[in-house]
Amino acid sequence: MKQHQFEVVVVGAGGAGLMAALYASKTASTAVISKLYPTRSHTGAAQGGIGAALGNLEEDHPEWHTYDTVKGSDYLGDQDAIEFMCEEAPSIVYELEHMGLPFSRTEDGKINQRPFGGHTNNDTGRPVTRACYAADRTGHMILQTLYQQSIKNKVTFYDEFQALDVIVTDDGVAGVVALEIATGEIHVFHAKSVIFATGGWGRVWEITSNAYAYTGDGVAITLRRGIPAQDMEFFQFHPTGIYKMGILITEGVRGEGGVLINGKGERFMEKEGYAPNVKELASRDVVSRAMYLEMKAGLGIEGKRYLYLDVTPEMVNKYATLDGRTRPDGTPYRVTSEEILSKLPDIIDFCETYLGINPVTQPMPVQPTAHYGMGGIPTDKFGQVVVDKKNKILPGLYAVGENGCVSVHGANRLGTNSLLDLVVFGKHSGLKAAEYARNSGYIPLPENPAAFAEEQLEALRNSDGDEHISDIGNEMKEVMFDHVGVFRTEEGMSKALGKIRELKVRFKNIKLDDKGSVFNMDILNAWELSNLLDIAEVTTVSALKRKESRGAHARDDYPERNDKKWMKHTLAWLKEDDVKLDYKDVVFTKFKPKKRVY
Amino acid sequence: MKKITLKLFRYNPETDKKPHYDTFKMEVEPTDRVLDLMEKVKGYEDGTLSFRRSCAHGVCGSCSMRINGENMLACKTLVQDLGTNKITVEPMLGLTVLKDMIVDMKPFFIHYESVMPFFVNDEPDPAQERLQSIEDRERFDDTTKCIMCGACTTSCPSFWANEEYVGPAAIVNAHRFIFDSRDKAAAERLQILNDQFGVYRCRTIFNCTVACPRDIQITKAIGEVKKAIATGNLD
Repeated sequence: MKQHQFEVVVVGAGGAGLMAALYASKTASTAVISKLYPTRSHTGAAQGGIGAALGNLEEDHPEWHTYDTVKGSDYLGDQDAIEFMCEEAPSIVYELEHMGLPFSRTEDGKINQRPFGGHTNNDTGRPVTRACYAADRTGHMILQTLYQQSIKNKVTFYDEFQALDVIVTDDGVAGVVALEIATGEIHVFHAKSVIFATGGWGRVWEITSNAYAYTGDGVAITLRRGIPAQDMEFFQFHPTGIYKMGILITEGVRGEGGVLINGKGERFMEKEGYAPNVKELASRDVVSRAMYLEMKAGLGIEGKRYLYLDVTPEMVNKYATLDGRTRPDGTPYRVTSEEILSKLPDIIDFCETYLGINPVTQPMPVQPTAHYGMGGIPTDKFGQVVVDKKNKILPGLYAVGENGCVSVHGANRLGTNSLLDLVVFGKHSGLKAAEYARNSGYIPLPENPAAFAEEQLEALRNSDGDEHISDIGNEMKEVMFDHVGVFRTEEGMSKALGKIRELKVRFKNIKLDDKGSVFNMDILNAWELSNLLDIAEVTTVSALKRKESRGAHARDDYPERNDKKWMKHTLAWLKEDDVKLDYKDVVFTKFKPKKRVY
Repeated sequence: MKKITLKLFRYNPETDKKPHYDTFKMEVEPTDRVLDLMEKVKGYEDGTLSFRRSCAHGVCGSCSMRINGENMLACKTLVQDLGTNKITVEPMLGLTVLKDMIVDMKPFFIHYESVMPFFVNDEPDPAQERLQSIEDRERFDDTTKCIMCGACTTSCPSFWANEEYVGPAAIVNAHRFIFDSRDKAAAERLQILNDQFGVYRCRTIFNCTVACPRDIQITKAIGEVKKAIATGNLD
């Protein structure tokens, strides 16, 4: 066992972790531990843009962004935090540009912006250009830029170190336990502040846009240490994943004028009850539900479980004309193949690679894909982890990015707000963690600080049963996709919960081939699966209990939002054989809940 | 379904004196990714098989490997693309094999870090964005796409011959800043690359350009850097 001491330890090196590290390392000794090389992080897969009311092309205001985000969250987002994020957005986007981020540009050399779902001009209700973008690889450019700046500022990295446990004492946090993947050696990082930035857990579901690495490590680690997870029933299904594969096709495609078409050739989003005003640019939960209903009604393409996303210039121009869409300068909106190609190069590349089709001339087969966890480790707007309904702070512990729940996304996240969340709360948690470190001493490590992590690994290493982790993983993904997906029922979710608990029992009887120390990915994959199983259980219990439909949590048996009973955040604690739930208040400032229509 | 033979390079430093190959016969879909095949082997045939992977759609750069002799991302290569029923997967050349397909990436990242791969402009930041024309932004667009998978550098005979050569990936990342109109450190980067292990090790063999899963015109970018060094001019 090796021991290290840093004032601040950041776990995870995506956008949130790197931003936190950049800010913490200005004044505190800081280390980043990451199971992947930083540039492999899933932030790099984000495509369409980062939301900020720069108003570079047309009128826009942070207040509009705030309202849109509140509405998008189906009123479950905390309004103080949302207001903070949206007010900070323009300055933090400029800051990224100052770090060298190569945004696409407007004719007059400013950062270019495109429309995205749920972002509107609050006066007219029409889509507004708010997503600041770098072609269709905005996340890639954010990740690269923050990593480049980390090298410039000599941030200390422990690459390919898997965090396994957080050390929590009665006085607060004392550090992190991690496995050096290359050697199998355990490292204890003694720290004053620990920032979790480990990303999401989309690998719970069968069809997902998420990376293999997205196994909810931060949430699972903290759950096992008695820290609750908040609002886990709210998991976003992005409307447009490549059929069967789940690979993300950015909402930017619809921002550029792409339309959704059913098996009868209809543009169904304009139907009454879906989103007759903004159509394809409604919130993701709304679009995914509409797609699900179309397919359920047998209106998928050839009756199958997919629809078409069509961005061929012919279709874009046809519907732009019908919609009366104009460019910000007032001219009618018309696109050419060249423009589509220059704005969506990666999407075209994905389609050519995986489908053998060219989106400039052919429609793309798409289905909703598990995409983003609105819930996570509960925090305040500085990323400080809070552990009960009264928001009691756990000193020294921070969570940020997708594994945190501030909550700015509430029951449904707007597109472009995840990248914004990463950098805004990454920055502020980094600052806060360093400030806390400056004013606090190191809490002494307990005896055998690595005992719990080692115990988990040993149990896996010595496993001698007959279950394949692949079988357990596949059965979990299937049941969660079928029953804890876009639409949910009491019966389906109960079935899923029974299955997950059965799988947790079977997990104790797994068989692993690799008993070695060097790059033992077999043990790591098994440990990651144990995280997913815990998260699947917490998600399903939280969802079963919430007897209403709100945002991404849509129930056939309780189709309406019920503000009287359910305008509250879920807190879930993982117990030995059960999940304990409690609830806490939503923060309101300016906006009273009203019916959500797009 | 299609019957294929998958031949995998194997080396476990804890049990093997030297590398060997394992062969698996399987039925697969023509549209399966090579990565899917490896996941099947790992899941059901041999859990000790080790390789890096994450995003599974060609943007994270984890799973660069030698597939039928050429560097590719296993997640971006479909069985049907290979035009054969015999698929051989090996680790990238020129870096030390640590286990199976996993190579030591440290030398690769050290070269990357050596070229100042970060934005430099010490003038006071303006209140809003720095302005940049569409043309100036386009000038370095191609090299912003790099995902640092290593496919280019480890396909380069000059790098195989001498691992001190900074390699195409590092030059690509230098190019991304050298030709960014907002950046002020082009001269320093050009000086770094005007070294015996810098751009002149490139013999324009084009392996890098062929290998790049992001279709970056790497040899062209290296040529532009060479020209900038020779002329002192960034046009």
